[in-house]
Amino acid sequence: MNPTTTKKLLLTLLAWGIAVIVFFPIFWMVVTGFKTEVQAIAPPTLIFDPTLAGYNTVIERADYLKFALNSIVIAFGSTLLALLVAIPAAYSMAFLPTKRTRGTLLWMLSTKMLPPVGVLMPIYLLSRDLGLLDTRTGLIIIYMLMNLPIVVWMLYTFFKDVPKDILEAGRMDGARTFQEVVYLLLPLTLPGIASTGLLAVILSWNEAFWSLNLTTSDAAPLTTFIASFSSPEGLFWAKLSAASTLAIAPILIFGWMTQKQMVRGLTFGAVK
Amino acid sequence: MRLTHVLPLAGAATLASFAAQAETVTVATVNNDDMIIMQSLTEAFEKSHPDINLEWVVLEENVLRQRLTTDVATQGGQFDVMTVGTYEVPIWAEYGWLTPLDDLPASYDKDDLLKPIRQALSYKDSLYALPFYGESSMLYYRKDLFKKAGITMPEQPSWQQVEAWASKLNDPDNGVYGICLRGKPGWGENMAFVSTLVNTYGGRWFDEDWKPTIDSPAWHKAINFYVDLMNQYGPPGATSNGFNENLALFAGGKCGMWVDATSAAGKLYDTDQSQVADTVGFAPAPVAETPKGANWLWAWSLAVPSSSDAKPAAKTFITWATSKDYVKLVGQQEGWTNVPPGTRHSTYENPNYQQAAPFADFVLNAIQTADPNDPSAKPVPYTGVQYVGIPEFQAIGTQVGQMIAAALAGQRSVDQALSAAQRAAERTMRQAGYYD
Repeated sequence: MNPTTTKKLLLTLLAWGIAVIVFFPIFWMVVTGFKTEVQAIAPPTLIFDPTLAGYNTVIERADYLKFALNSIVIAFGSTLLALLVAIPAAYSMAFLPTKRTRGTLLWMLSTKMLPPVGVLMPIYLLSRDLGLLDTRTGLIIIYMLMNLPIVVWMLYTFFKDVPKDILEAGRMDGARTFQEVVYLLLPLTLPGIASTGLLAVILSWNEAFWSLNLTTSDAAPLTTFIASFSSPEGLFWAKLSAASTLAIAPILIFGWMTQKQMVRGLTFGAVK
Repeated sequence: MRLTHVLPLAGAATLASFAAQAETVTVATVNNDDMIIMQSLTEAFEKSHPDINLEWVVLEENVLRQRLTTDVATQGGQFDVMTVGTYEVPIWAEYGWLTPLDDLPASYDKDDLLKPIRQALSYKDSLYALPFYGESSMLYYRKDLFKKAGITMPEQPSWQQVEAWASKLNDPDNGVYGICLRGKPGWGENMAFVSTLVNTYGGRWFDEDWKPTIDSPAWHKAINFYVDLMNQYGPPGATSNGFNENLALFAGGKCGMWVDATSAAGKLYDTDQSQVADTVGFAPAPVAETPKGANWLWAWSLAVPSSSDAKPAAKTFITWATSKDYVKLVGQQEGWTNVPPGTRHSTYENPNYQQAAPFADFVLNAIQTADPNDPSAKPVPYTGVQYVGIPEFQAIGTQVGQMIAAALAGQRSVDQALSAAQRAAERTMRQAGYYD
């Protein structure tokens, strides 16, 4: 074997190894969901009689579809809103920078460094007074704000890679700012925008702190659905695994379907 | 359209408008087995109370506690019924966060509630929560292993005896450990058990001036005993074992003895969940130097926050869910081993329950001998056996719990752990303004 083939083989093995390690917890969760509670806590085994008991209890005890619908509305709603706000912001930062742009960007990111529990009380009081507790609108706004720094940053880097000359040419032909963004900039950076949106959807889908604290029943998404199946007294691993599998299934399928766009977006502009 | 078609429609329309008028009561609760049964009986309640509609929010204990505290402290008004423990009730009542329950109907029979539980849920002689189920702690042991080793269980075991028995029963080669005890850090986990051990060794959390007394001889004796006992005869990795893990170990036949909540008795006695259902024995929690504070007292209870906008309906629900009739309903529908224990004399006088639950007398006795107002041999300024009824305790208890878990894991010595715990507790108490 020549050295390049060996290197390739080793790299492939390494990639597979990492993939298996990353995927194993998810695999184990799916398997555990089909066990009985006693099997779930017993020494690990792959040989057992699969049962749907966990899934039955989970579906019986909670209205899965209601939680799932809330998750979908909140995750996609907040992402759309975040893109609407972030595209103009990133445009102005990328194409009309001032000497404060760099600082503004860093300051935006710094808001992500504060643990969310630090602002729990003020946010809770604001939501209470605005009547946003336990509403989808409330969570959509919170998630939009939560993801905004990342969304602006990602869009900013994608926009910066677009040659200014193309936009300038458009302007020469009489395009106004709005047309310039919609007909030139957005089509050019679509893979980037798509991957940014996908990331925001996934982050919103998995967010558990605000959803647990700001919702009770009407607007509760899947993260609170999962949280209701762990217990300090009594066995719960199988039920929890079944609930978690149900909760991640939609986003996992969505992720698989959009994998191409995600990867394309994340590597977009990496090679110039 | 024929009349026979119209009538059901009209009926449905009336029902729908009726349902629209029904008041919604949002109930926040933990997902322990007894509460899951309560949730499954929603229909029975709504049938007898057609004007009330129940919404359930079920969360894990720690998440629930944080969620409820946020809401009740900000008067958010998201919940009409809150599931709270004996720790929260007096504190929240003092802050005016809970509705007093002085106007209970005569049929509720307040005097039927067990006295220690009723006291623990009262503030200035008013009840602020109704007990859903209560528990104390006791010793579980394997009758078969005891017989084989020629040991007879006395009426009141001592910790010295427990140590001697543990050494005889310990047989790790055959997967049996002498004793299983909580080691997972947390004020409601290892510290619930450790506090009772310290109490019975004559120790206390604070002296009369609210000065922490963790770096004291009684604590040293108790913690050294605990660490040695667990290292010699306990299962490996005990610092990750809480109630659930130990329950699984004992139910799987891996422990000779286990000291923990009386609420485990029903689960250990259930052949579906336990391999030792035929051989499990019960005894009072062991004592060392004093019986005071050797067994804990806890009651998961239902309260109505003062921010609720459906107080009368919420009160109706909690009265129903903690009534004698509810106990009877669960007994009939779910079997008598599943009735919520530890709240009412009438449950323990019920022949059906006595027959189904041979551990009933032990549990009743354990609850009745626990006294949160007198938990230690020395005088204390606080109430609570396995906790201290002040808001700062959650933080202190959890910090100290981490240090004791570190000592159990051998990461630091008992002396180091206790002096660090003492300093941490002093700092918190000073910051909270208990002393300068």
